[in-house]
This record gives sequence, C-alpha cells and structure tokens, in this order.
Amino acid sequence: MLSANLSAIFYLISGVLFILALRGLSSPETSRRGNLFGILGMIIAVTVTFMSIGNFSSGFIFVLLFILIGGSVGAFIAYRIPMTAMPELVAGFHSLVGLAAVFVAISAFLNPQAFNLGTPGNIKLGSLIEMSIGAAVGAITFSGSVIAFLKLQGIMSGSPITFKGQHPLNAIILISIIILTYLLCSTQSSNLFWILLAVSFLIGFLLIIPIGGADMPVVISMLNSYSGWAAAGIGFTLENTALIITGALVGSSGAILSYIMCKGMNRSFFNVILGGFGATEQSANSQNKEQKPVKSGNADDAAFLMKNASSVIIVPGYGMAVAQAQHALREMVDTLKKNDIKVSYAIHPVAGRMPGHMNVLLAEANVPYDEVFELEEINNDFSNADVAFVIGANDVTNPVAKTDPQSPIYGMPILDVEKCKSVLFVKRSLSPGYAGIDNDLFYKENTLMLFSDAKKMTEDITKALDQ
Amino acid sequence: MEIDPLIFRLSIFILSIFVGYYVVWSVTPSLHTPLMSVTNAISSVIIVGAIIAGLSGNSETIFNTSSIFGFLAIALAAINIFGGFLVTQRMLAMYKKKKKDK
Repeated sequence: MLSANLSAIFYLISGVLFILALRGLSSPETSRRGNLFGILGMIIAVTVTFMSIGNFSSGFIFVLLFILIGGSVGAFIAYRIPMTAMPELVAGFHSLVGLAAVFVAISAFLNPQAFNLGTPGNIKLGSLIEMSIGAAVGAITFSGSVIAFLKLQGIMSGSPITFKGQHPLNAIILISIIILTYLLCSTQSSNLFWILLAVSFLIGFLLIIPIGGADMPVVISMLNSYSGWAAAGIGFTLENTALIITGALVGSSGAILSYIMCKGMNRSFFNVILGGFGATEQSANSQNKEQKPVKSGNADDAAFLMKNASSVIIVPGYGMAVAQAQHALREMVDTLKKNDIKVSYAIHPVAGRMPGHMNVLLAEANVPYDEVFELEEINNDFSNADVAFVIGANDVTNPVAKTDPQSPIYGMPILDVEKCKSVLFVKRSLSPGYAGIDNDLFYKENTLMLFSDAKKMTEDITKALDQ
Repeated sequence: MEIDPLIFRLSIFILSIFVGYYVVWSVTPSLHTPLMSVTNAISSVIIVGAIIAGLSGNSETIFNTSSIFGFLAIALAAINIFGGFLVTQRMLAMYKKKKKDK
C-alpha cells in the first residue's frame, strides 16, 4: 500500500509526462518520443492507483478483465480505422471520455465513502459541486460527440437542423442546469442528480444539431475542450493531481484549436455555435445566378499545362478526402517531379473536417511533411507559381472573401490561388461550396475547370503526363 | 489559519491551463490531428477514478450499483487509452521528411 503523499508525487510525475507528450508535438521528429512519454505517464498513473488501493482481492481481476476488453476493442479500432475516418474516430473517442466521466460521477455519488467524500445524502459540499460539474460537462460532451459522430459518418444529415425558438430553448435549459446544480447541492437529492444528467444529455444534443458539416472542425475542437473540463471536474472530486493537470491541458488545447478554426473562417465562436450557417444563403443565391461562361477541360489539357509549368501548388480540400484521392494525387506529383517541376502543397486552416485533417491524409500518402505548407507560409508564393491545382477545395480559395463585404465569408483568410498564372479546378460540378456562395474563380480567364471525380481525374492526368 | 487543500488544487489547475496554453500554441499545425487524438488518450486518465469506483465493493459483494458503473467506465476509458495512443502512434509514423536521394 502506497502512502497518500507518495502516490500524489507519482500522479504529479504522470501529469508532467503528459505535458511533455504535448510538447513533443511541436515538431514531427520529437512527436513519437512525446507519445511514448504519454504512454509512460498513463502506465504510472494506473499502477499507482492499484498500489495505493492495495486491495488485490477478486475485484482486482475484474478490473484487469475490463481493461483487457476495452483495450482490445481500442487497439482493434486503432489499427483498422482508415485515415479518412479520423474525424469520426476522434468524435467517437470524445463521447467515450464524456460517458466515462459521467459513470465515475454516478459511482462517486452513489458510494461516496469509497472516495472519502462523505456518506450518501451527506456528501461534502465542495465535492458535490465538483461532481455535478464533471457529470454535467461529461454528459454534454457525450451527447454532443455522438451527434458530431453521426453527422461526420453521414448517418445523420450534415446540414444544419434548425427550428423556431431553438436559441431561447437552449438558453432556458442552460439556466436550468445551473439552478439544478444549486438545488442538488443544497438538498443532496438523488432525483435531482438524475434530472441534472438527463438535462445535460439533452442540451449536448441540442447544441450540436444546428451546426453544419463544414463547421465540424470547430465542433470537434470544442468537444475536445469539454472532455478536458469534464476530466478536470472529476479530478477535483477525486483530489487527483494527474487528472486535474490533464483536464486543464486538454481543456485549453481544445479551446485553442477552436479559436484557430474560428479565425480560419473569420467567424466568431458564437456565430459558429449558434449554427444554421449556409442554410439560408444558399437558396437566395441560386435564384439570381446568371449563366456565365466557364472554361472546362480534360485530363490532357491539365497535363499539358502542368508539363509546361516550372512550379505547381496543390490546394487540397475536403473533396479530396471524400474521393480518397490522396494516393492518386501523390502519384501525379511524383510524375511531375520526374519532369523537374517544383511542387508544394498549400493547406488552409479549416480544410477538411477537423484540424490538421489534410496533413494526416497527405502524410498517409507518403507526402514528405516539408513539402506541405500552411496558409501564411505559402500565400505569397502563388503569384510566382505557374499552376495552382485545386482539388476538393472551394470556399477557401474564393476571392469574394476579399472583395465583397456583403458576402458571408467576407474577411475570411483565403489562399490567393487567383494570383497564379493558371488555375486548375477539380470539381464534380459548378455547385457552390458550404457557404452557399458562387466562386468567381470558376469564371476567370485563366481558370480551367476539370469536371470529374477527384481521384479519377488525378489518375487520368498522371496517365496523360506519362505519355 | 490553515489553507484549504482545495486552493492548492485550484493553483495546480490554473497553472496547468497556462502551461497547456503555451505548449499547445507551440504545436505545429500539421500535427493538429495527432494532438486531438493524444489529448483524447491522456484525458482518459479518468480511468484512475473508474478503478477506485470499481474496487469500492467489499470482498463479498464485488458488484454493487456503484462498482458496476466503475467497471463500465474502466472499459470505456481503456478503449480510449489504447485506441488513442495507438492511433496517434500510427499517424505519427507516417510523417516523413523528404528523402535526400536525388
């Protein structure tokens, strides 16, 4: 049996190891070692917990059994999941953290003696407050993540679901959560605890349904943050330093990612959370759309243009992920490089369905990470490049974000694709993107539209280049 | 007068938020997806609470309502720990530098 002080020191060590795990991600070279620090921290935390309980009775076997069951499921998923499904996976994992927090809170509420928190019906006030916060945030994380998962998986429509009185309803529910927490703490009633949980599940659900598919990067980051705060809440209840440190780390990590994503769209956090974006503009825009001339071409035209270029910049977007075109794209780039053409990739912060989504897909296709650039790093290079190859991206290249203050995406930082000598646009049709607005780039003199599936088109271009 | 231990925990919490803030800003944007999966894995250190809850029963009654929730939480957190770290490892293994073989 480990003394309380000694185990507290070990929890602190595992907290520090978790900090180092995140620190390692500052560059790909150190990242793998960082991940090992994280694993080590986890092993220490779990071992210390066993040692401090010191009860290796039959219950212990069941603990190992459940770890084994969960662990094999987790490992199986981790090895089998395709990289394109990473946003769904992360959303799914968030929901599990949320639910685990809820379960721990329930357990502590039912049997506070086990945690030294008092007796049922007479739980220490501070612990009860912490417990309710942990449980409520955990429940919101769970149901919110489930909705995000369903939307990303395509089981539920990705378009925003809005109804009249949505915002007042949400506000009332949020206020009622605060009142319920207060009442729960003053009466210690277990009924109120269950109601609090139910209402928290409901609000998590209601908060995410009005948010559309392309705003998912913000939603996932936000839920990431929530899962951290839920863990921190439970950490306070259990008086556990490792959990408090981790909760704070994860909480601020998710918050920063949401901020970066919002900035990438030049929208406020509240604008995203209130939802409904892109639902109204679309209908208004389709009516007054006049027919403008568009130059469209085939794979041979594209191959000809690129063969005569000396530098090409690739702009991938969500469409590339949908078409699973990353491998075909890399093969095309290999062929270009054989012809001594300089190729680089430009990634917009909100490309894809989660932060860093495009980078992972390109890494999967064996694209070296030092050929992949962020918006600020590469935006000046477009004016010197010969060809921009836009594959599956749309709104993030739309010059209207700079020119038209009326546009819903006005002020959003965009990739200056228009400054290239010529632009190749791989797209299935002329339909507007998520923001529901037309892209002027389609009608520019130097733009060639390649109407096709992204994967098929890149394969065809590679063939044409080889000839 | 003695200081409530809660204040110490609160200090750790607040300082950790600041540590998190600066550490996360230094994460390169291309690793934002692994960042999310690894934060996911480490937040499952909540398994610590789940283990205490699971072992809360005495030797005659291993399973009571409270400990069953504990065991369920152990399984959920274990999915996340193994899944989160392994998928992060898998992703990070793919990030390669340009080969210098030209």
